[in-house]
Amino acid sequence: MDALDVARWQFGVTTVYHFLFVPLTIGLSVLVAILQTLWHRTGDEKYLKLTKFYGKLFLINFAMGVVTGIVQEFQFGMNWSDYSRFVGDIFGAPLAIEALVAFFLESTFIGLWIFGWDRLPARLHLASIWAAAIGTNLSAYFILAANSFMQNPVGYRINPDSGRAELTDFVAVLTNKVALITFPHTIAGAFLVAGSLLVAVALWHLIRNPDSADTPAYRFAARFGSWVTLVSAAAVVITGDIQGKIMTQVQPMKMAAAEGLYDTESPASFSVLTVGSLDGTRELFAIKIPYLLSYLGTGDPNGTVQGINDLQAAYTAQYGPGSYTPIIPVTYWSFRLMIGFGLAAAAIALLVLWSQRRGRTPSSRWLLRAGLAMPILPLLANSFGWIFTEMGRQPWIVFGEMLTRDGVSRSVSLAEVLTSFTAFTLIYATLAVIEVKLLVRYARAGVPEVTPDPEPDDTDDADRPLAFAY
Amino acid sequence: MELTTIWFLLVAVLFTGYFILEGFDFGVGMLLPVLGRDDRERRVMINTIGPVWDGNEVWLITAGGAMFAAFPEWYATLFSGFYLPLLLILLALIARGVAFEYRHKRPEASWKRRWDAAIFFGSLVPAVLWGVAFANILRGVPLDVDHEYVGGLLNLLNPYALLGGATTAALFLTHGAVFIALKTVGDIRDRAAALAVRLGVAAAVLAVAFLSWTLTIRSSAAAVVLAVGAALALLGGLAAAAVRREGWAFTGTAVAIALAVATLFAALFPNVLPSTLDPAGTLTATNAASTPYTLTIMTWVAVFFTPIVLAYQGWTYWVFRKRIGVAHIPQH
Repeated sequence: MDALDVARWQFGVTTVYHFLFVPLTIGLSVLVAILQTLWHRTGDEKYLKLTKFYGKLFLINFAMGVVTGIVQEFQFGMNWSDYSRFVGDIFGAPLAIEALVAFFLESTFIGLWIFGWDRLPARLHLASIWAAAIGTNLSAYFILAANSFMQNPVGYRINPDSGRAELTDFVAVLTNKVALITFPHTIAGAFLVAGSLLVAVALWHLIRNPDSADTPAYRFAARFGSWVTLVSAAAVVITGDIQGKIMTQVQPMKMAAAEGLYDTESPASFSVLTVGSLDGTRELFAIKIPYLLSYLGTGDPNGTVQGINDLQAAYTAQYGPGSYTPIIPVTYWSFRLMIGFGLAAAAIALLVLWSQRRGRTPSSRWLLRAGLAMPILPLLANSFGWIFTEMGRQPWIVFGEMLTRDGVSRSVSLAEVLTSFTAFTLIYATLAVIEVKLLVRYARAGVPEVTPDPEPDDTDDADRPLAFAY
Repeated sequence: MELTTIWFLLVAVLFTGYFILEGFDFGVGMLLPVLGRDDRERRVMINTIGPVWDGNEVWLITAGGAMFAAFPEWYATLFSGFYLPLLLILLALIARGVAFEYRHKRPEASWKRRWDAAIFFGSLVPAVLWGVAFANILRGVPLDVDHEYVGGLLNLLNPYALLGGATTAALFLTHGAVFIALKTVGDIRDRAAALAVRLGVAAAVLAVAFLSWTLTIRSSAAAVVLAVGAALALLGGLAAAAVRREGWAFTGTAVAIALAVATLFAALFPNVLPSTLDPAGTLTATNAASTPYTLTIMTWVAVFFTPIVLAYQGWTYWVFRKRIGVAHIPQH
């Protein structure tokens, strides 16, 4: 174990952890904004109840996303300073723009929304949640553009004197084809989580307490959430399909690693699962779908998919001796788990919709259990998706330009990284327990009783208690 | 003006904004166990910054992003070199941010007590360590010719840097007390105003000592003028606090913090991280900078978006301009 290994583990743990909160922030901000808009348009109290109810869950989650996000920005400099030096000219710009254009919008307007119920006119208050939601979704674009540069570097040159990457075309970086497809794929994955949370919580109340006066609100939330989940799942599949084809062009090794395909094949089949070893020597049992990998990678069922061995040989010729192959069991299984968990969530959403057909109220215990699992499934799918795409890029930190092992901070000792990794893991684990307990507590409490907040009025509200206070 | 100079100024402005805004957030957090005598008073204090603390913190994220984009060498060397202080700052900011949001989520006294501790330490640690970090930037650190930090942790804990940490903590405490006096009504307002004057005297002594020491390490005419301005602004703020002109008092402490930060950056320029070893290791606004192309793009983005951000963030403070007191705190 050396500082490099620990720095990589820390990046993996802190990033996957951060991204447990991000999808819910991205998706739920928009869904809460839609609920509040419905209330604003119709005056139907159930929408106000749902806005306040899911708004609370949103905020419990939002705080975690904010504080774990700062770590991400600092971590590049702390643990990956040679990487930061190498790409700073290109990679820093989207991060700075993300903060200036998106984070300020998100953070300022979320404050206005939380505390503004009785301080802002209703329209402005509604506009605040939309501004925060737009800021959140915008931030995803910039960070994904930065990440896409690592997957498929474009719009740059290597300065022969300094050996550093320098920006030559910022528009090319922002319109990187990997970024353009990763953005909708990630956003769709985020709405998959948010829709699933809506369903899970509403379903729990519907089945546990079908005679509640708030049943219409929960019915709406369960149906709305199911549709969001299904539409998102469709969007995830479509964007994922396009992404797979782009990935096959720009990072063929990642596609080969997704299948554990050692020899170039045309047509190539896709294995749903494999028992045995994944090093290409011993395969005890596998379920294979013929032509599918060729289709996923090239769009042509008979297309050629390059194998690991050929790519390894080609990369050795191009970049010099060394292994250019990711850890195959990680890429192979994370790819399948991503797809599997995502599809499972969509399947449950279909069941929830079916259970409510023609005005029925769902009552099945099995559906209740499945519903409770629902938000966890797309969260896992998101995590495995990131693990796949980042581990599939290895050994590169910037594909074709810099190896991960060359990006680590030289001046940081093993003891320092270990201290940092341990500290983050401990505080993150503690906060995870607290966060989940709070979410469950507030989800169980159900929709609140509401009285529409008074409009702001400067003359007579001097001593009225605040509509909301920490 | 050179693009690198413009970006040096912009990074300085971002850190100045951060310290003015988070300065009173940290002050309020550190004063929580001192001024808040019961749960309601503590809630009053937390709610004075409740709607704005998150937006204030984005100044830091933007400053970090701007450093990364405009001066990647500075960002890389500083963040990897000041490793453990930055780690502590991050842990503190995590605990503090979650505490604001979670503290009121459960009624138990033990629950609130723990989050109060998180707010206190989460404010104290960065208030001290930012001073330590900036003092070390001024003083210079051991950098080899590859601009790698080769000192240890103890190198960062020298008397000058510790004085810097005490100074920022004292300034933020004063700034926070003045802010509470400005934003509250009732008993707590009076106590905050009285405390602000006492804290302010200590802050003034520390600030004068720290800035004088700074100017003996490195100096420029502009830095001297700014340092004198900072001292005068602080004294003016204290005088205003003593006669209960709270708006002026807050203006005074805000300007004092701004000018103190400006003093540091003016004394530092054109260096961004001086080396105490081989002068070739010193990072400057020129040798740490990105390419002119990147800086040009970033300049246009900053020119266009900064006024918009300032406008809506300023508007937020207008929306929440009313003073609050214990009567405004809802029961639940």
